Amino acid sequence: MNKKKLFDSSLKGWLYLLPAMLFLIVFMVYPLIDVFIYSFEEGYNSASQTYFGVGGYNYSYVLHDPYFLQAVKNTFILVIITVPLSTGIALLISTGINSIKPLRDLFQTVYFLPYVTNTLAVGLVFMILFKKTAYSDGLINLLITWFGGSSVDFIDGPYWAKMFVLCFYTIWVVMPFKILILTSALSSVNQEYYNAAKVDGTSKFRTFMRITLPMISPMIFYLIITGFIGAFKAYSDVVALFGTDLNAAEMNTIVGYVYDMLYGDSGGYPSYASAAAIILFAIVLTITCINLLISKKNVHY
Amino acid sequence: MVISMEVVLRNLTKRFPSRDRKNHEDVIAVNDFNFEIPDGKLIGLLGPSGCGKSTTLNLISGLQKPTSGRIFFGEDDVTELPPENRGIGLVFQNYALYPHLTVKQNILFPLENLKGKDKLTKAEMLDKAMEAAKLVQIDELMDRKPKELSGGQQQRVAIARALVKMPKVLLLDEPLSNLDARLRLQTREEIRRIQRETKITTIFVTHDQEEAMSISDMIVVMKEGIVQQIGKPQEVYDSPANLFVAKFLGTPPVNVFEGQVKGGRLLIGEEDVMEAGEVPDQEVYVGIRPEGFRLQEDGEFSCKLNRVEVMGRDISMVSENKASLNSTIRAIIGTENEINMDQYKENTSVRFHLLPHKVFLFHKETEERIYFGER
Repeated sequence: MNKKKLFDSSLKGWLYLLPAMLFLIVFMVYPLIDVFIYSFEEGYNSASQTYFGVGGYNYSYVLHDPYFLQAVKNTFILVIITVPLSTGIALLISTGINSIKPLRDLFQTVYFLPYVTNTLAVGLVFMILFKKTAYSDGLINLLITWFGGSSVDFIDGPYWAKMFVLCFYTIWVVMPFKILILTSALSSVNQEYYNAAKVDGTSKFRTFMRITLPMISPMIFYLIITGFIGAFKAYSDVVALFGTDLNAAEMNTIVGYVYDMLYGDSGGYPSYASAAAIILFAIVLTITCINLLISKKNVHY
Repeated sequence: MVISMEVVLRNLTKRFPSRDRKNHEDVIAVNDFNFEIPDGKLIGLLGPSGCGKSTTLNLISGLQKPTSGRIFFGEDDVTELPPENRGIGLVFQNYALYPHLTVKQNILFPLENLKGKDKLTKAEMLDKAMEAAKLVQIDELMDRKPKELSGGQQQRVAIARALVKMPKVLLLDEPLSNLDARLRLQTREEIRRIQRETKITTIFVTHDQEEAMSISDMIVVMKEGIVQQIGKPQEVYDSPANLFVAKFLGTPPVNVFEGQVKGGRLLIGEEDVMEAGEVPDQEVYVGIRPEGFRLQEDGEFSCKLNRVEVMGRDISMVSENKASLNSTIRAIIGTENEINMDQYKENTSVRFHLLPHKVFLFHKETEERIYFGER
């Protein structure tokens, strides 16, 4: 092929990519670079577009801010508890759904319902379930006292109780999507493998561990990666449960901190927000890289 | 080397409930199958697709339960036993090799399932796996993944995995259908060799009559769930029990004509071709094997010659006859005697002598064989 032809054909390719590329550059790449620059500009004022100097002060401020450290701690607890738990429970449920024949479609629908409901509405329902008011202790507390425990204020009470509600809520919200993906992954495993295992006298548990799991490992891996990223970016769920004054409730997340720095009552500091955002970006990137490294050994495509 | 088993099928029947809402009749996949498969033999289950041969295999393996009838391995009634307790090895059509495991792990897999007193040490397992791998000649490939192997190699791995537990019966479901033509020839010899060496009773399913004929000790021809004929391949070929078997076996296929028996003579169209013995007067189908024609100038059967195809070993004469059910008649003429083919021009009449043992008569309605002549 001569050079001109090669150029023509690659030009055509770029032309096809152009619309998508344009949007990505304008709304993704440029803002990302901008945020990166802001994060090093000390005392940036978005109204006057001025700053005092360039350096790492923003980072040092953010890293020494107790609210930020609280947010990091909350986010990490949320990620570490919800990602493995939700994936594990989703795997159990979808294995269950996959192994029953009657009413399978019904169960699939029931388990998928939370996915189509609004986050804030679900959050409100959770609040009503858990919240203690002057008039009632909430349904959950009613159950606790029923079984002889003492009631706890889950929404305005101790830290662990609030964290419990948040984790419970997050797991419940992300579950439908995971179940959907895993059920379809499970049903796409060729029946012949199970027949082969059956003829060889493989126990149910061993079949699951040695055949089913490796076969659906790409999907599990996908769910873990997206689960990590999603949990690190948690914000709206927390607002739905605990309102907007998250710092006071000790329930802020990293994204919540970024938001507060920009628009909150104590806000108006785009430089600090940018630094926090870049730190979050670095954390997510690191975790994803670690995930990829681990997956090389355990995921079979 | 191995204790193999005769397999006895008694009145084996499998019905599937109909999914058609209007027609509630069950689909009968296997209908009253009776057969004693002798110990240590290679048996080919043969038939067109949908004839119930794979279902039969699944019933023997235990993956499906028969509606009625019994299955015996030797003296033991295994009808109610689950597959893992039957002592069978099964090779699937698509091999079903676990893609995430290496060849070695695949072959080891069945051994690792053994429990209790059968449990083997790691070293014993490796020995057995190696032995099975050597038998099918894949001991060089032990650390590869299935997708790094060719189709033929995957097939061998599947056989090794089925053999590693030393099954009493080996079952192969369309073992050659995923291989290309050359590999198919090679692999079927390989299956024959492995079966001879291990002396395991082996049953394989195929729709390819040539495949079944070439390596089986016995073939079972099936159609719509019903066994048509059981016998040694040559016997079935030389003496088909009905028109279906005659048509199904042999390439090129048998030539079928409309004919009639009148006063002890067989007529094809208007031509009196041969003695028909004691057969009463009736309309019949006449099947003539391609090798049943001899070129002879005063032959009793005439056809209009379309063309002559020379294919090295033999010559095939393609011609037409009004009484033929096929659009063309194919006669295969051996080249052992030198024949000057130039004398046969297209669209001229050519005369054949028919060899009586290559001519079969079938009843017009039942399509069952009518024996005549020496029998």
